[in-house]
Amino acid sequence: MSSQADRQTSVPVDAVDVVSPADAEASEAAPAVLTVRGLTISVRDLELVSDVDLSVGPGERVGLIGESGSGKSLTALGILGLLPEDVTAAGSVRLSGIDHDLIGAGERRLSRVRGNHLAMVFQEPMTALNPTMRIADQVAEAMLVHRTQSNRRTARAAAVELLDRVQLTGIARAYPHQLSGGQRQRVVLAIALANDPALLICDEPTTALDVTVQAMVLDLILRGVTARDSALLFITHDLAVVATICQRVLVMYGGRVVESGPVREVFTNPRHRYTEGLLAASDLEAADSGPVGTSEPVRRRLPTIQGTVPAAGHFPDGCVFRTRCPHATEVCAERPPWTGDQTRGFACHHPAGADDV
Amino acid sequence: MSADLGPVGHAVGGRRRWNPSLLVGGFIVALIAVVALVSFVWTPYDATLVDPAGRLASPSWTHWLGTDKFGRDILSQLMVGSRTTLFVGLVAVGVAAVIGVPLGIFAAMTRRWSSELVMRANDLLLAFPALLLAIMFGAVFGASTTTAMVAIGIATIPSFVRVIRSGGMQVMRTEYVLAARAAGRRPFPIAIRHVLPNVVSLITVQASVSFAIAVLAEAALSFLGYGTPPPTPSWGRMLQESQEFLFSAPRLAVFPGLAIAVAVLGFNLLGDGLRDHFDPKLEDRR
Repeated sequence: MSSQADRQTSVPVDAVDVVSPADAEASEAAPAVLTVRGLTISVRDLELVSDVDLSVGPGERVGLIGESGSGKSLTALGILGLLPEDVTAAGSVRLSGIDHDLIGAGERRLSRVRGNHLAMVFQEPMTALNPTMRIADQVAEAMLVHRTQSNRRTARAAAVELLDRVQLTGIARAYPHQLSGGQRQRVVLAIALANDPALLICDEPTTALDVTVQAMVLDLILRGVTARDSALLFITHDLAVVATICQRVLVMYGGRVVESGPVREVFTNPRHRYTEGLLAASDLEAADSGPVGTSEPVRRRLPTIQGTVPAAGHFPDGCVFRTRCPHATEVCAERPPWTGDQTRGFACHHPAGADDV
Repeated sequence: MSADLGPVGHAVGGRRRWNPSLLVGGFIVALIAVVALVSFVWTPYDATLVDPAGRLASPSWTHWLGTDKFGRDILSQLMVGSRTTLFVGLVAVGVAAVIGVPLGIFAAMTRRWSSELVMRANDLLLAFPALLLAIMFGAVFGASTTTAMVAIGIATIPSFVRVIRSGGMQVMRTEYVLAARAAGRRPFPIAIRHVLPNVVSLITVQASVSFAIAVLAEAALSFLGYGTPPPTPSWGRMLQESQEFLFSAPRLAVFPGLAIAVAVLGFNLLGDGLRDHFDPKLEDRR
């Protein structure tokens, strides 16, 4: 865990991100914790995730948004090497402090990284815990696996403290079925943070939770990663959550990253037409404010993105969004190049905001 | 929200309620076990004591359940016979579980081809009738209680493999196994700590059902003369010896038959009851 101790506490996001993987190894400055290059995930001939590039700096909080089926979760599973048997990944996934690529690494080497340098919180807290084990034992196990704690007794003590930290006291001996969804998710979080991971991946950790509990779990996640100086890759389809906790955001659609940049910039000045549509579709304020002075309050309909997400493998070539995009032209049949850099960029032939110029 | 934060209170250490199947099944099995234990130190008569003068006696105060064609006390024979029944059941189920459970978990956890290999070998064994296997074993190694129970045990392996594999595959698909892998657990610890405890209920149920089947199989084998050889009392052989007196003294068939039926029922009920009782996942539903 020395790499974490050495890590600088606050690194300017921009400075980190432009560093290419090659430079990252050479420079002492602040190598990205996670560097994904050209990650492609496919089932036989079907590409589910294509050519995803992403990097997360030390202590940085990055959001990965997109609707169901856009490949967010697969990307996360691909990073951890936990894809189902018949799903294959290609490309490169590097983690700082790990001298091998995670793609193509054997189970033995991967299991040393998982839960240690890289931890994950899953979406469904109701099933993410072993129903036959007491929760403190499950937390303790996470530390025993990676020898963070040398014996069962110290591991248990550490587990109780970790549970304390996520505001679960006096339930160390409980079984998962005795806990609520929010409590279970906090146990899962305690397990994920047990070994002070350099990177925590959260796959829609609050989607299955009650709204009031969501805020609390989010807060605990934030506090957990900040206290450990861990980086966070937060997968969600909730734009508000991303706006609250992330510094940078990547927008995925059809298995591709279509836009990325600092949260504020992407949300106020979206360039990709999909991001634009997504934001318009969640602009409740605009929808609620009808014209003033009318006798009946007229409510505008919330704008939606026309059409539906195609089934996996049925995305058009070229720009994946062109079948649903109101601005699509013939040129969109060609795959749009990435405009900008790693920090701020998009892949669109007719970017929003360009017409106004 | 405050409820969510606090300790779970009543739920911790909450006792699961008893259910009738468990009570009745447990009582029957315990009764058989007690009878078997008592038979080591005391039986009304020596179970193998032949008394030509008192043969085929009706139930009376001296012989509660009467005597058989050699004048042996039926109750004493039933008591000693329960030892054979329990012993055969235990060993047969033990053999089947010790081999079948690891194989089932292995088949559930490994990649396609090795899993297929185990399952096809399993089908091969499954295609072999248990009694035929036991008779074959008896012909080769000589009829004895040991041969019978090993043969019954081997014949019971496939059912364990199948049930445990399907249960194991379900467990492997759960998020907590994915989470365990994401936490860096290796396959063997996952098998021991996550898969095995979560198929325990399946093992219990399968064991009790198999126990019942093993009791029946032992009786059948003894009936056919391939099981426990005389003079060791066995319920199955008692049944066989009663054949010629089916009309003159039907009680000779009724008592051992009843013992077998009650034992089978008891183990089945116990299995059902145990499944409901020990499975923490079922608690909320009741």
